[in-house]
Amino acid sequence: MSIYREAKNGKLMIDILPDKCDFCGCCVGVCPEDAIELKEAEIFIIDPRCTSCAKCVWSCPIEVIKFNKEGVLK
Amino acid sequence: MKPEYDIIVVGAGPAGSIAARFAAEHGVSVLMLEKDRDVGYPVRCGEAISKAGVEEFIEPDPKWIAATISKFSFNAPDSTEVVLDFGEAGYVLERRIFDYELARTAANAGAEILTRAYVNGLLFENGKVAGVKYEYRGEQKEVRAKVVIAADGVESRVGRWAGLKTHIDFRDMESAVQVTAANIPVDQNTLYFYFGQEYAPQGYFWIFPKGNNKANIGLGVSGLIGKKKSALSFLNNFMEKYYPSAPILTSIAGGVPCSITLDKISAPGIMLTGDAARQVNPLSGGGIASGMIGGSIAGRIAAESVKMNKPDHILTYDKAWHDRLGKRHEIFDRIKNGIYNFSDEKFNNIAHAINKIPFEKRTLGKVFTTALINQPSLIVDVAKVFVV
Repeated sequence: MSIYREAKNGKLMIDILPDKCDFCGCCVGVCPEDAIELKEAEIFIIDPRCTSCAKCVWSCPIEVIKFNKEGVLK
Repeated sequence: MKPEYDIIVVGAGPAGSIAARFAAEHGVSVLMLEKDRDVGYPVRCGEAISKAGVEEFIEPDPKWIAATISKFSFNAPDSTEVVLDFGEAGYVLERRIFDYELARTAANAGAEILTRAYVNGLLFENGKVAGVKYEYRGEQKEVRAKVVIAADGVESRVGRWAGLKTHIDFRDMESAVQVTAANIPVDQNTLYFYFGQEYAPQGYFWIFPKGNNKANIGLGVSGLIGKKKSALSFLNNFMEKYYPSAPILTSIAGGVPCSITLDKISAPGIMLTGDAARQVNPLSGGGIASGMIGGSIAGRIAAESVKMNKPDHILTYDKAWHDRLGKRHEIFDRIKNGIYNFSDEKFNNIAHAINKIPFEKRTLGKVFTTALINQPSLIVDVAKVFVV
């Protein structure tokens, strides 16, 4: 199992917590930017597409997607 | 494996398997690709379905029926219980066996199936979808098809790649969590629903029996609620209060798209079905039966299009779905939006009013009529459900 951010341009503000994800796909369904990639047991945010809109954060049933330290809720 | 098939189905859930089966039964070549290593697992579902919903597609078999349902129990925030008797109304399934069996029926009809095949792109030709790219055991591959049927679930991306607008408003996404627990001493023939702010605002909490005092216990809340409190916190609160020492056999998260169907569910070379098309009943959140219906229509029309050599024929799928269930779901969605705004007090008042109807006279129609006294603006929509 691996969960990671695809690119690191220093601007990404949403994190998927390692080892807690259930790979249910809720976040992928609500992402307006197609910025989340989900395989069988692998998920990551495609950094350049993420606009930090937070819809994935609000929809995650098990609090796995969070804002990181630099993140500010819009 | 062939380099080209008439039809490729992405996703081997109930919608995908039924689409593959119906297409294969029409004599065209079908390949179904599943990203997980197993068909039917992990199960992300409350597993309840009406009897009619099952029987349209497969003969009921004890090996995938965990419980037979004859009663519904609706519980208001003040603990008032309303029980409705529906005779032999439905089942709670063992989805991991049920899905397996559905895939087997597709295979028996002639469909080829491959698991661990993760579809990560589409092939295009003259502006039309002409196949899929997929990763299989670390290798990138391609396979061509005349029609691609995307049954890739709530996390569907295939439709987006074809230019269809498939993402769902987060307010319509029910974020859900569920445990399958043992030693839950509820009636094994009753589906239990709980409403209100404590249990699941803008959604509902459920206990569905699975035989031998096992039960699926879970809830869904809208993304609007999830903003303040996650589905998981609601479930933890409930379990601590009512079943603090129940052994947990499975715990799972999931998203239930409770909206009307997407504006467009077909485009040149591609059709969407099941959760991917947002074909879930938006009022109940049930998607097994409606997904199978969507899949059957998609599979049939895709096969017809191949056999007639008329690629545009697949575009008739949107209307065929709308006539069969899509229109009904629009009404269900309006009722859902009405119920979303019910206060705890309103739920309590409705429960008290319904309990004044003698048990044997509690038909669904009477219950709805009684509920409507408390919410007259829903009358027209509810009437349509019974008339249409």
